[in-house]
Amino acid sequence: MNWLIKRRTKPVFVNYVVLIALCGFALLPIYVLGINAFKTDAEIGQDSFALPAHFLLDNVTKAWTQGHFGRTMANSLILVAGTVLSIMVLGGMAAYSLARLNPPGSNVFMIYMLTLSSVPVWIYIIPLFILYKNLGLVNTRQGLVLLYIALNSPFAIFLLRSFMLTLPRDFEDAARVDGANEIQVLTKVIVPLVWPGFLTVGLVVALGVWNEFQLAYIFISTDDLLPVTTSYYAFRTRFGQDWALTSAGAFIMIAPVILIFLALQRRFIEGLTQGGIQA
Amino acid sequence: MPQPDHSYVIKARTEINVERKYHMALLSGMRAWFGGRIFRKVMIPWLLILPIALIHLIVVIGPTIIGLYFSLTKWAGIGQSTFIGLENFKNILTNDDEFWPTFGHNMLWMLFFLTIPMFMGLFASSLMAQIKRGAMFIRTIIFVPYILPSVISASVWRMLLNGNIGIGPKLASWGIPGLDQAWLGDPRTALPAIAFADNWHWWGFLMILFLTAMQNISPDLYDAAKIDGANWVQEFVNVTLPGIRPTIVFMLMMTAVWSFLVFDYVFLLTQGGPAGSSEVFGTLIYKDAFARFEFGYATALGLTICVFAGFIITLFTYMRRRGWDI
Repeated sequence: MNWLIKRRTKPVFVNYVVLIALCGFALLPIYVLGINAFKTDAEIGQDSFALPAHFLLDNVTKAWTQGHFGRTMANSLILVAGTVLSIMVLGGMAAYSLARLNPPGSNVFMIYMLTLSSVPVWIYIIPLFILYKNLGLVNTRQGLVLLYIALNSPFAIFLLRSFMLTLPRDFEDAARVDGANEIQVLTKVIVPLVWPGFLTVGLVVALGVWNEFQLAYIFISTDDLLPVTTSYYAFRTRFGQDWALTSAGAFIMIAPVILIFLALQRRFIEGLTQGGIQA
Repeated sequence: MPQPDHSYVIKARTEINVERKYHMALLSGMRAWFGGRIFRKVMIPWLLILPIALIHLIVVIGPTIIGLYFSLTKWAGIGQSTFIGLENFKNILTNDDEFWPTFGHNMLWMLFFLTIPMFMGLFASSLMAQIKRGAMFIRTIIFVPYILPSVISASVWRMLLNGNIGIGPKLASWGIPGLDQAWLGDPRTALPAIAFADNWHWWGFLMILFLTAMQNISPDLYDAAKIDGANWVQEFVNVTLPGIRPTIVFMLMMTAVWSFLVFDYVFLLTQGGPAGSSEVFGTLIYKDAFARFEFGYATALGLTICVFAGFIITLFTYMRRRGWDI
């Protein structure tokens, strides 16, 4: 057995060397962004990879006011909250129905949900824009949230459904014997038991909405309603060559995301890879 | 003395009786309905699905159907649309300045993403599968770029691919020449440079997917391979690859489909420029619709790329049917 262990240990060292190099590739841009947020533009011009001579907070405060991050982050949070809450309630209801009640015809709905995840948005986004315009939903949060709900619901429903399918039916049957109706079974029995599933869905959907650019850019152009992504794009376009300021803006925007990700990384990674169908 | 006429009392009584009977019937009917089989087995379950289904009807299905019609019209978004039949599709396919170069760019994009991220993901995940200590940490680090918003990744790569302050000039100052150019400003390098930036954010995700799939392979298979004296290359080819084949094939298919839909990184880094050298269908449709206000034409173009996507999915399904066992 000895030769086997010996043969395994040597390549493992090489593994670490290569993997650490790949980690460096993943982290380099984030490192550059992090340090340049605290340097002067002149310093960046000299060497954009060196640590700052002294940490300068001016960029961050200036970016905060110039980029209106207070307002735009609040806007993004509203979009996130609206989408996540609706998805949890409506998606949870649908998932329960599809997992347990299986009404006639529901498999058609399931197939539709499965196909939707590979249907390009470009096929319906332009007519939708016109429709929204006629309904007065362009430049509203509600309009965008409706779209986010639709796009995220296949992932949410399938994930919640798979969680519910793993539950033993005994709990529900016991509740039904006690006279609970389907709604009570869902809220009193199922939801507490699949709570981790709801949490995963919430995290993944929240991240998706927070990061979303394309649809927000098409559907929202009023300054007061801009979410943080499209507003950052406008900010970067305006201060294009001011690397210090744009780095500081980027730092403000991703710092909370990275912190939350690191705190809950196991759940994030699990959720995102299960929804890999979506991305 | 005339007898008091009680008939109205009787009449009223019968009326009340009839009404009561009617009420009783209604009540028991309602009870039967609400407590009934159909209501419990069909109505309630569908009511639970209904809200999501309605949202999809308004936001996805309805517009798709409207879009099928508008792709056959000339329409500026306001005012009347003119029905022009298949004219839009004819114009799309004969537009040699825009459609076919763009098609070429999307195919290049597909080629890039079907190979480089796949290779990187497989390579890194097979290295990861062999280690234990620190695996969780490395996994997290490599995954971080995937959670960043496209605006930020694009912004930082715009800086790193810059000809004055980017990676190239830094390497040149260390004595590695030839890379200090404006990658995004050169028509020859713009598209690969964007793909490189997008891949930075993407390959870590593939690595995790492959790693998860590898961890589900039965350890017995590896033991058997070891007993047979397989080295790690043989082990990878004969155990690991077949074990994660469904994941690989699925991601190849999705990559091929997504290659036609790319928008964010191209729009954020070059908007399709310089001189249209990085134009992809996403940015082209966006321009046709929201800058040129050719809504009918843009919808037709959107439909065209959906046909490409559909073609890819059909191809994969067909191959699976033909017993490719993928």
